[in-house]
Amino acid sequence: MNAIETVNLTKRYRDVTAVDSLNLTVGQGELFSLLGINGAGKTTTIKMLCCLTRPSGGDAYLMGHSVTKDAPAVKALIGVSPQETAVAPNLTVGENLELMCGVHGFRREKTIQRVEELTRQFELTPILGKKAGKLSGGWQRKLSIAMALIGEPRILFLDEPTLGLDVIARSELWDTIRALKGKTTVILTTHYMEEAEALSDRIGILRDGRVLALGTVDELKKAAGTEKFEDAFIAIVKGAGK
Amino acid sequence: MKMLSFAKRNSREILRDPLTVVFSLGFPVVLLLLLTAIQANVPVALFEISHLTPGITVFGLSFMTLFSATLIARDRESALLQRLYTTPLTAADFIFGYALPIVPISVGQCVVCYALAIILGLPVTATILYAVLMILPVSLFFVGLGLLCGSLFSVKQVGGICGALLTNLTAWLSGVWFDLKLVGGAFEKIAYLLPFVHAVELERAVLDGRYADMLPHIGWVLGYALLIMIAAVILFLRQMKDR
Repeated sequence: MNAIETVNLTKRYRDVTAVDSLNLTVGQGELFSLLGINGAGKTTTIKMLCCLTRPSGGDAYLMGHSVTKDAPAVKALIGVSPQETAVAPNLTVGENLELMCGVHGFRREKTIQRVEELTRQFELTPILGKKAGKLSGGWQRKLSIAMALIGEPRILFLDEPTLGLDVIARSELWDTIRALKGKTTVILTTHYMEEAEALSDRIGILRDGRVLALGTVDELKKAAGTEKFEDAFIAIVKGAGK
Repeated sequence: MKMLSFAKRNSREILRDPLTVVFSLGFPVVLLLLLTAIQANVPVALFEISHLTPGITVFGLSFMTLFSATLIARDRESALLQRLYTTPLTAADFIFGYALPIVPISVGQCVVCYALAIILGLPVTATILYAVLMILPVSLFFVGLGLLCGSLFSVKQVGGICGALLTNLTAWLSGVWFDLKLVGGAFEKIAYLLPFVHAVELERAVLDGRYADMLPHIGWVLGYALLIMIAAVILFLRQMKDR
């Protein structure tokens, strides 16, 4: 079974079509990146897959569960790290992690176990007692991803996870994301070409809500006839605009 | 369980904001002390401690609307609520999770007011306990109003509408600071069509042990609480769906 399958997934806002009959499949354990210029439909696609926005047409199936007909089952499967850092500012790092365990219905013992695991995995020990609102951007991003993962999601959505981070913080987050490959299906949106190139198993390039190209980094470079992935992206997007 | 985790987070967010402590406890306490001092020098029947305290406990609840509305509006503007909408929390979990933490804070505020009033000379009677209990339906109205405003307005708008407008409306239309009969006319009629003065008169009746006089007022308060809660739930669900 595919982790994600979209069937003619469409989202219209009045006379604007943000996502236009999207047909995609993502395998279990795959790291799939959605690339595109601003307004390409990446975030709208993710919002529909996370049950945050109802599709205007078509449907999407996450581990076989429809986002339009079985949202509670979909929500039990996913973890989301939104584009903006989504932490409770007056709660400590530990309390933020406990909150996410609580909203997933974990019992006390499991909460303690998961908080310990994620603290170790993301090296959060030095900041565990600090209020999340007082942390640097890098730590807040790390915490945000840890919060998305604490519910043991089968599918993880990372919307621009390294936006605004310095080189070191970005490199550390890449290591964390790489460690998830094979175990968790990851859907990543990013504006950084090198990030998509370094992390993705496959990439989908969107423009005006449609998929322009789909494949591995090498397949996309070959299709565009370029050496560098960034050039391939530019060629594909510009080529579609002509 | 899921709802309680969310409610726990909300109570922490509210109680860890220093402004909450200043306004929810500090402001009513200062008002009680100040008006009791005035009363000692220039006696006015309206500011006798047994008449003033029920009014202050109701007026203090307008800050609960401000706290709950601010929290919801801030959550709506941040990505945290977006994240929580993707979890197994249901609409009922969100609504009760926001509303529940405010109720004990309201009761706590009421208890502090009556404890101070006792120190300032309010006779200790069982009716104080009943007055604290009767703050529950009144707090439901103010909490519902917070849910409604938080679902409708931005943080900045909530500051203006709940922080300035609502506190002033509660002050003017509740009969706490002046007898509404002194103004009379349309002002008095409008005031009695709204729940604020009924909430104060309900509290006064209970504290005085005039239980028969509770009846018209509790009906108004519960009616408004129910209406506001229904409107708040509809609006909250609508903005949740629109997200």
